[in-house]
Amino acid sequence: MSSVQTTTAAAGGFWRDSGKTGIGSWIFSTDHKRIGLLYLYSVLGFFLVGATLGLLLRLELMTPGRTIMGATTYNALFTVHGVVMIFLFIIPGIPASFGNLVMPIQIGARDVAFPRLNLLSWWLYAIGALVVLTALFTGGGAPDTGWTFYVPFSARTGTNVSVAVFGVFILGFSSILTGINFVTTIHRLRAEGMNWGRLPLFVWSLYATAWVQILATPIIAITLVLVIAERVLGTGLFDPGRGGDPIMFQHLFWIYSHPAVYIMILPAMGVVSEIIPVFSRKPIFGYKMIAFSSIAIAAAGSLVWGHHMYTSGMSDTAVMVFSFLTFIVAIPSAIKVFNWVSTLYRGSISLEAPMLFALSFVLLFSIGGLSGLILGAAATDVHVHDTHFVVGHFHYVMFGGTGFAFFGAAHYWLPKFYGRRYKEKPALIGWALMFVGFNVTYFTMQVLGIRGMPRRYYDYLPEFAPLNMVATVGSWILAAGLIIMIVNLWRGLFWGEPFQGNPWGGATLEWSVPTPPPTENFEEEPVVSHGPYDFKGAGVP
Amino acid sequence: MDNQLLTTTQAVDPVFLFIFAACLLLLIGITAAMVWFVIRYHRSRAPEPTSQAEGSLWLEIAWTALPTLLVLAMFYYGWSGYLTLRSVPPGALPITAVGRMWSWSFQYQNGKTSAKLYVPVGKPIQVNVESRDVLHGFYIPAFRIKRDAVPGMKNHVWFVATRPGSYDIFCSQYCGTSHSGMISTVEAIPADKFAAWLNEGPKGAPHPGLALLEKHGCLGCHSVDGSQKVGPTLKGVFGSKVPVTRGGKPSVVLADEAYLRESILAPTAAVVEGFPPIMPVTADLSEADLKVIVDYLKGLK
Ligand code: HEM
Ligand SMILES: [Cu+2]
Ligand SMILES: [Cu+2]
Repeated sequence: MSSVQTTTAAAGGFWRDSGKTGIGSWIFSTDHKRIGLLYLYSVLGFFLVGATLGLLLRLELMTPGRTIMGATTYNALFTVHGVVMIFLFIIPGIPASFGNLVMPIQIGARDVAFPRLNLLSWWLYAIGALVVLTALFTGGGAPDTGWTFYVPFSARTGTNVSVAVFGVFILGFSSILTGINFVTTIHRLRAEGMNWGRLPLFVWSLYATAWVQILATPIIAITLVLVIAERVLGTGLFDPGRGGDPIMFQHLFWIYSHPAVYIMILPAMGVVSEIIPVFSRKPIFGYKMIAFSSIAIAAAGSLVWGHHMYTSGMSDTAVMVFSFLTFIVAIPSAIKVFNWVSTLYRGSISLEAPMLFALSFVLLFSIGGLSGLILGAAATDVHVHDTHFVVGHFHYVMFGGTGFAFFGAAHYWLPKFYGRRYKEKPALIGWALMFVGFNVTYFTMQVLGIRGMPRRYYDYLPEFAPLNMVATVGSWILAAGLIIMIVNLWRGLFWGEPFQGNPWGGATLEWSVPTPPPTENFEEEPVVSHGPYDFKGAGVP
Repeated sequence: MDNQLLTTTQAVDPVFLFIFAACLLLLIGITAAMVWFVIRYHRSRAPEPTSQAEGSLWLEIAWTALPTLLVLAMFYYGWSGYLTLRSVPPGALPITAVGRMWSWSFQYQNGKTSAKLYVPVGKPIQVNVESRDVLHGFYIPAFRIKRDAVPGMKNHVWFVATRPGSYDIFCSQYCGTSHSGMISTVEAIPADKFAAWLNEGPKGAPHPGLALLEKHGCLGCHSVDGSQKVGPTLKGVFGSKVPVTRGGKPSVVLADEAYLRESILAPTAAVVEGFPPIMPVTADLSEADLKVIVDYLKGLK
């Protein structure tokens, strides 16, 4: 606690001005900034848990046969790793942490539209997370189904699937409530002059994401209840012996879980669209196209779930339609990449930590997205589906993409909220190690997949051994970078140099309020007279 | 073999090459532009931005239209390759692949079964993929084919081995503890040898119980030669004293006929010490088959 005291003493703002301290002032606070930080610590904690599990998985795969654990343990670990990373880290991830922290200020509001609903979202998240954790240590033990819970296996296995799935069900409600809150906030609480054309792109991306959260999440909730019913009541909806259909489960699952990848990636694209113009001192290139492509991705992305099922036995007509639509959604993502790169042209570029993370996002996301084209084409997907190629692909998009954007956001916005900053040099070293380690790990995994090594594979044939060794060594470099980055952030934010004003020259509203922002955000109601990337208009150097 | 026949590998690999080449070009372009801009317009060289351009309609149109054409080409190419994978050449030899936790068993038209997939070189093979329990995936990387084995559903793939040899078969769809051990091979042998193999009777007439163990997938987890796999070996079980956990309590039982029958019919009632309680119930096991199996196990010393 003493550490927090020193910070608040030095920093003031919302840390002090309510006069309340202690744990209760956080877990019962309705201030969007406090809720944002609660979320930040929660999701970051689960990221570290998930990353540790991921490193253990890689350690087991270092050599063929048993390295450090048995097959049943491995299967439980990759399931828990997947569930933690997807449902506890990346889906709440950027919207609930940085979205909560920054979005209301960016639109000139004092808080979100429903502050108490916001607190309820966090509580539902905490309860859901507790239920998932309970599942690991009770009953038949940690689920071993993979994060996709495919039937009939998930209906038969003796592990604690029902409880885990119930936890995910609760987490779904947390996500829906955040979505409703954000859509309402963005519609109703924009300050005078903050019209839709002046909305920062981060806000646009949260807006698109929120709609996906509202519309898609109920479907996974129902699907998971059906899995519980299958296990507990023996309803047989997915059991072919009783007129059910296991393929139907996959459709229901992916009708949510494909759009969910946009819940994961869109806010990250929003973060990058904020950082690149500021560190290039140039307006974002193609504001309208980037905003519009977020909406296009959210809408068209709802229609492509079947690309996870080309080999399932689904009809060839369905394969054709889903493959076609999948290629169509690739276009708006490409447009964004071209616009980000063009923003750099003839700017004045400063390569500080947030910018390095943002630029590596563009590169890693491009690699992930381009490898997605291999998966979208029907002929090539058949070969690499369910192999380590897919594992590499989604780590590129989710970790190289969203993960790196998350860390970029942390380096960009957290000093603003803590009033202290991290050291630049360790930040660069941490970033460099992560970037190198990341590529060594996951590019190698993609090669393994093309060579034919299936995913969720505890053991493998000797021909795959050398590359697995390389990938595991890569994961150590990645881990070293992560540790340096986290320690540097932690020490900097609590004990580092004071951080004041607007050193990077951002033109969005959060840079115009005191550091750290007061509980009410603005001393008087702001009136917005310039665009989010109009650096001249905002009067920054 | 019909010389015009396009193999599955030949249908898929050019699509790979095309998409890889296009992706590589794009990636190099994006990376080069980024690196160049970052160096050229670094603040040390460019203290002030020299442009405040907010966009360009022509550029937006260009980089919407060109990728659209490119991805449509990829879609079309990928789809036509997929059609080859789906169109079984006429006259293909049908073989059924049955997946179960955690082994494959192959059934030929004349009723013969085997644990490896024997095929004649040069003849197209249609593999009908079935599952007896959960989802599995029938995957032969060398032929670029994969199809899920779904209980209650008939799926198929086809391939042709143009050269004799041995090719890996993996299970691609996660199916539990020994998913990664659910491996077999395609053994491609000359047509005359294949015909001889197919029609040869059981060698030295082994016990029919062994064939049943193979047919029901028991050998995926249990050996008959004393080596340990996912489950305990079946060699010498009968008449031995087995440490088990029953209803949570450890005890030692004599493996008599009743114990063998119980272990097969209700696998999780008494679980051998040191093994996970994962053995599935064999659904399609008749009383007659069970008798033969138990008889075989009694003699397996
Ligand atoms: C230190 C970082 C990480 C390492 C070393 C790591 C490593 C791995 C490995 C080895 C697998 C299993 C491969 C297999 O057997 O199929 C895996 C699966 C997975 N990872 Fe990670 N990972 C890391 C971070 C992440 C992040 C940041 C995310 C998402 C935000 C993520 C999401 C997943 C998912 C969804 C799966 C699939 C689980 C399943 O098959 O059910 N991982 N990871
Ligand atoms: Cu998808
Ligand atoms: Cu399997």
